[in-house]
Amino acid sequence: MSTLRTALLNAALTIEEQKPWPRITVDADTWRQATLAIAAGNATLAGLWAEPGAVHMAVLDDEDGALMVLTLAAPDGRFPSVGLTHPPAQRLERAIADLHGLIPEGMPDDRRWLDHDRWGVRAPLGAADKVPADGAPYPFLKAEGPPLHQIAVGPVHAGIIEPGHFRFSANGEIVVRLEERLGYVHKGIEGLLADTTLEAAAKVVARVSGDSTVAYSLAFARAAEAALGVAVPQRAVWLRALMAELERLANHLGDIGAICNDAAFALMLAHCGMLREEVLRASKVAFGHRLMMDRIVPAGVASDLSDAAPIKALTARIRQRFPRLVELYDNTASLQNRTVATGHLTPELARRFGTGGPVGRASGRAFDARKAPGYPPYGDLDFKMATREDGDVDARIWVRIDEVYESLELIEQIVDRLPAGPIAYPLAPALRERRVPQAGGLAHEPRDSATEGLAMVEGFRGDVLVWLRTDETGRVLRGAVRDPSVFQWPLLEAAIEGNIVADFPLCNKSFNCSYSGHDL
Amino acid sequence: MRRMLLEGLFRRPVTEGSPTVADAEIEALAERLGVAAKARLGRSLSIREVDAGSCNGCELEIHALNNSYYDVERFGLRFVASPRHADLLMVTGPVTANMREGLERTYAATPAPKWVVAVGDCAAGCGVFRKSYAVIGSVSAVIPVDLVIPGCPPEPIDMLKGLIGLVEASARG
Repeated sequence: MSTLRTALLNAALTIEEQKPWPRITVDADTWRQATLAIAAGNATLAGLWAEPGAVHMAVLDDEDGALMVLTLAAPDGRFPSVGLTHPPAQRLERAIADLHGLIPEGMPDDRRWLDHDRWGVRAPLGAADKVPADGAPYPFLKAEGPPLHQIAVGPVHAGIIEPGHFRFSANGEIVVRLEERLGYVHKGIEGLLADTTLEAAAKVVARVSGDSTVAYSLAFARAAEAALGVAVPQRAVWLRALMAELERLANHLGDIGAICNDAAFALMLAHCGMLREEVLRASKVAFGHRLMMDRIVPAGVASDLSDAAPIKALTARIRQRFPRLVELYDNTASLQNRTVATGHLTPELARRFGTGGPVGRASGRAFDARKAPGYPPYGDLDFKMATREDGDVDARIWVRIDEVYESLELIEQIVDRLPAGPIAYPLAPALRERRVPQAGGLAHEPRDSATEGLAMVEGFRGDVLVWLRTDETGRVLRGAVRDPSVFQWPLLEAAIEGNIVADFPLCNKSFNCSYSGHDL
Repeated sequence: MRRMLLEGLFRRPVTEGSPTVADAEIEALAERLGVAAKARLGRSLSIREVDAGSCNGCELEIHALNNSYYDVERFGLRFVASPRHADLLMVTGPVTANMREGLERTYAATPAPKWVVAVGDCAAGCGVFRKSYAVIGSVSAVIPVDLVIPGCPPEPIDMLKGLIGLVEASARG
């Protein structure tokens, strides 16, 4: 255990019932020290969320990938800002202020973020005061001077994509500043996860970001299992990984084609689009749904793989056709001319923002939640982490290419070694058992009924974090999710600086952040 | 690349036959739309997609309509960049409070005659997001809807059937 984690544990006021990583309640001084340690690069900020009267900060230990959650009570509705010293926390704190009405003291940016003055209510998860829903103008940051002009794009874009607003300040063709305004698809997911059934919460979490539905359902199931102390059959563990790799494969194939298409190279999109469609069709044959939505449930999976032949045929077909597409990408100078050295993200920024997924790995941040903190069955599987150092659009394409091969490798290993047995344990008896006092405990002893679980899972876009608090009957009292996009969106603003406006779609697609996952 | 292009010329296309849409469904659709748009639109529709709050699952499947297996353009259906060019809006998601104005303005910017297709369970009835403070309602709570294609998300083939039905219905009007 790293010295930072030991020091935090020693400074804890209380240690809460959270699995598998501890959650500790700290005082404001320890909170500030942790903030400074994160800002100094001794640990990575993995999440920041709130509930009435308290804020929670998930900290990732870079040494071994272990997590820890720090909780600070905020009885007077204020807490020391993390964003003051660590900018990656700023949008998360603005979201906390909008949703819960808690004030991050000292935060340099106090503009509303998710709250566009359209809900008819202020701090919907806090005081919930009624206000008119008349929309407020957003004060964009200024970039001024005679040669500068502004270009406003969105929220409705030209392509078939999600809504968000981009405000460019450009000097001729060169982007001087990009400022994002997001929150358009805010659906109140945290509110929907308060006081609800496990089944209903699972359905909502599966729809945080549709392209990562498997990753979210997996993270939700793992958090719920940790909180409730229930086991998962081995076959289900392996089937979950199979679904997760199929999802990664489908999305990476789609992204590689779409990035090249944004450089006007439609041939790649046509071919990658066919491969993606074949993955989705095989997924439907194997699990009954093209995106495998709601197929991973707490304590197991909802559908079994009866015949592995379609999956084997799929990987064989992709192995036959994909290398030629890679060769095409590698040997087309006009395409490389667009992607190489475009949208450069420095390793320093990627590390500071704890950027996960292909975006982080293409800028040298060697982090993959499947490796560390790690979760089964990946410890038993043989695969390499794809990383690049260049941090440009080209590097982000190559990381995805490498990961397509690694996912094929993983899918083949899983299908070959899939254990037999049940695919789910019944949840109800396991929960009943929990209500019986444990050995040594007195029958009339009051039990602290709430337990908590935290899970981190590697989706195709990066690490997904899900936190849950449940009661002993399995009811969800509160939940929070954090999409990898949260730490990627701000870096798109940095990567586009100094590029030409026409390269924005290319850069944007090479990041491929989720709007829905960000806006929640 | 040359080899790939040549192979593409000589290999049989992967594009699949068009799905059959029952005549009765088309009749019903034509009647409901009460269209007199044939003269202006013929058998072609320009589509503008609007995400009014979806989880992006529906967008993935709408994208798939453009791949070689479904090849939606062979039916005269084309996705366009601006509502000013569109005859049809495909709207996804429960309409969020933050996207309501965007949807209303997109609808207003689309020239008549125009139709609206609500795509997916959220667009049809808010799906799992019904009880949220941040959600206004289904698409029909904000703009008039002509056709609903349910599913979470609907498969491309279901969307294709709905759209072909619409083209056929408009051609009969």
